[in-house]
Amino acid sequence: MPEYNFLVVEDSPTMRQLISFALKRIPGSKIVEANDGIDALKKLSTQKFDIILTDINMPIMDGLKLVSMVRNDPAHKTIPIIIITTEGAEEDRKRGLALGANSYIPKPIQTVDLLNIVNQILGNKG
Amino acid sequence: MDKEPASLTKKVEEFLQVFKKGEEFTQELLKENEKLRYKVAQLDEVTKFSGREGDFKVNTLEEKIKFLEEENKSLLQRYRVVAEENKDFANRYVEVEAENNNLANLYVASYQLHSTLDFSECLKIILEIVMNLIGAEEFSIMMLDERTNELTIVAQEGMGPEAQASVKLGDGIIGSASKSGEAFYREGDPTDLQGVDYLHPLVCIPLKIKEHVIGVIVIYKLLVQKTIFSNVDYELFTMLAGHAATALFSSKLYSQSERKLTTIQSFLDLLKEK
Repeated sequence: MPEYNFLVVEDSPTMRQLISFALKRIPGSKIVEANDGIDALKKLSTQKFDIILTDINMPIMDGLKLVSMVRNDPAHKTIPIIIITTEGAEEDRKRGLALGANSYIPKPIQTVDLLNIVNQILGNKG
Repeated sequence: MDKEPASLTKKVEEFLQVFKKGEEFTQELLKENEKLRYKVAQLDEVTKFSGREGDFKVNTLEEKIKFLEEENKSLLQRYRVVAEENKDFANRYVEVEAENNNLANLYVASYQLHSTLDFSECLKIILEIVMNLIGAEEFSIMMLDERTNELTIVAQEGMGPEAQASVKLGDGIIGSASKSGEAFYREGDPTDLQGVDYLHPLVCIPLKIKEHVIGVIVIYKLLVQKTIFSNVDYELFTMLAGHAATALFSSKLYSQSERKLTTIQSFLDLLKEK
């Protein structure tokens, strides 16, 4: 069974738990949680991840800054990134995707939609 | 004269010869005819027999076809039944999946609500649930002061300065919903708003411990991507009405008891010093 490592970057413990809960339904999934962008970068330096799922509005370092830093880092620039945010306006979506995110999911999230996108990125049939 | 009888005799003999040959030929023809009639009779027999055999084969094949058609019909019928069952299972799977997701949301929300005894943390968790799980953009949590019968905002998200900081119990939509203990949902499309009206909220969820109202969650505006309330939203509202109330109440009691404990401890320390 393949193993998938996910990095969930969220300042809200409720959302972290909800996203992790959904990802645990993918067989072989291993989830690491980070509170903000800086915490995420620390965790990226110690472990390899298959997908990063990040919020935008976070203290210390926001999600857009994190996306931009990951995309400019040769060691991590190919990791798929999914933005999960309350910012649902079209311009926010365009901005996130322009920075290099692979997908943009507005909150409140539907577990089915999240899993479909994750499985699509992983190349699973879901 | 003698010549004539002689020639006559000759002619008669010749005629007899011809007649005899004719008789023989006729006899041969009769024999041949007999043979042919026999052959015809034989052929008739054969034809009759092969006709019967052919009929038998045709009948057998027709029966086989009939049987196969029946079998085909029955298989088609069974296929239809199985396809229908399959469709039913697929629908039920989708329903169970949706229910499962709803339960996950409710579980996470209730787990987080009861994960702390810190009042301000409890308020933060309620804000997170209302924003991230329900999809509200502008909303507040108001607590009831039983001495003044006034509801006061203790936490809010996205609200402008024109919002009322407190409301009398029984006044307006918020005060009435809190007094009656009945949740209020504004009729019509929740996204059909001409700006936010803080006197006419979208939703008021009284926070109740049994029938005792301790506060209210008031939603004024939803996130741009949130167009309708789904079933899980109403489940979350119901869950919040009870669980958020107990979580807030117990965390408030805990904070008060902590403060009292500190005061008593200080008194004891003072007495010891004396």
